[in-house]
Amino acid sequence: MAGSNPNAKPLNLTLKVWRQQNRNAQGNIVDYQVRDISPDMSFLEMLDVLNEDLLRKGEEPVAFDHDCREGICGSCNLFINGRAHGPEPGTTTCQLHMRKFSDGDTITIEPWRAEAFPVNKDLSVDRSAFDRIIQAGGYVSVNTGGIPDANEIPIPKSIADQAFDAATCIGCGACVAACKNASAMLFVSAKVSQLALLPQGQVERKTRVENMVAQMDKEGFGACTNIGSCAAECPVGISLENIAILNREFLAAKATSNNLG
Amino acid sequence: MSWLSNALTSSIGRKIIMAVTGLFLCSFLVIHLIGNLQLFKNDGGDAFNVYSHFMGTNPVIRTIEWVLVAGFVFHIYEAIALTGKNRKARGSQGYVENRIGQNSPWASRNMGLLGTVILFFLIVHLYNFFWRARFGTLDKDINNHDDLYTLVVTSFHEWWYVLLYVLAQVALCYHLIHGFKSAFQSLGLTHRKYTPFVTYLGYAFAVIVCAGFAAMPLYFFFLQ
Repeated sequence: MAGSNPNAKPLNLTLKVWRQQNRNAQGNIVDYQVRDISPDMSFLEMLDVLNEDLLRKGEEPVAFDHDCREGICGSCNLFINGRAHGPEPGTTTCQLHMRKFSDGDTITIEPWRAEAFPVNKDLSVDRSAFDRIIQAGGYVSVNTGGIPDANEIPIPKSIADQAFDAATCIGCGACVAACKNASAMLFVSAKVSQLALLPQGQVERKTRVENMVAQMDKEGFGACTNIGSCAAECPVGISLENIAILNREFLAAKATSNNLG
Repeated sequence: MSWLSNALTSSIGRKIIMAVTGLFLCSFLVIHLIGNLQLFKNDGGDAFNVYSHFMGTNPVIRTIEWVLVAGFVFHIYEAIALTGKNRKARGSQGYVENRIGQNSPWASRNMGLLGTVILFFLIVHLYNFFWRARFGTLDKDINNHDDLYTLVVTSFHEWWYVLLYVLAQVALCYHLIHGFKSAFQSLGLTHRKYTPFVTYLGYAFAVIVCAGFAAMPLYFFFLQ
């Protein structure tokens, strides 16, 4: 296998995993041992091994969120050893490999914590608050009718690049999980600045930022205090500059929009 | 006007108030420092007493004083409101293990603690100098001005008072290191052309202002 090291020693690990039966139940940390973990496994594959062990023993497997397992979908969300998506910068949990750990390590695995992200079960959290924020304004109006020509609207390369960088947000929620204030501003700012930068986003430009910020507050996320934990933990490198753009978009919209509410 | 109150009580609106009042209080620090540099003039306090007499009696200064009070009140009120909101957002169940020190600076995470230290200092400071100068009875100097200078010199010969001042300036320095550049971020005033300069200016401002204030008690304690 490319990139694998056939001589790498398998790992024996102690896992401290948050177990919680359902949303209303009291949860607690439970210790598990996993043996013969290949350093080439991803973190989620290691959890698959744990779950197979648990199933064999007739115990309930650990619930955790995952989908694409290639760092695009934003489903995986584990707080590993006190860091969102683990200690490696610029990686999602599914891209974190067991070679980053050593034999005999103890690994603490917890769900995202935030009032707006209730735990469904074990390590799986409800992040539908993000969906409702996007529904409040994270979209653009398009004409119906014929298919438009590609590149019909001229956009400077530097602006297109900046908008694309903001658009890479996968909505995993690491920003909220890492933030001392459980603020969702990095997530909201990524969408607001992406669409504010582009000509296609101009129709809803003012109502978008007003409605998305209102929804963000309604969901119970905290307020940004410019600490920077979010950007440091973001697996796709969304920059804090987006939050500054969000702030000025909000200020400009509040000063000039026709919304008197 | 509901649009305005809605805007100012939103999470971004509160941050904007923090930023505006914070930068306003920074401007006060500059004025306060420059005026107090007259303590270093070796004239037995003449210049300082003339200056403090002017600051205590000039109607323009006395009016702006209320704006300054409002600046402090709003800054502190918003800090308490934001802290409450953010604690609630973090939720009741915390992390068993959280290595937040690996992703953010200490001062940025502890602005409330630093601010509380500064507020405690401010109360002691106002009581000892401002309150006595405005409402107490100070002796008169040779120009028949209230002799605030002598009170300052006497106070700055108390070791615990000097220690409180120096510790408060250290807290203020860390508060400003985060606060100065953070205010520009909250107001959306960022650009690759000038943000590096703002960051640098914030460090320089914090260190110069706080070193200047801390130098006053240290000067009188050790050299006078």
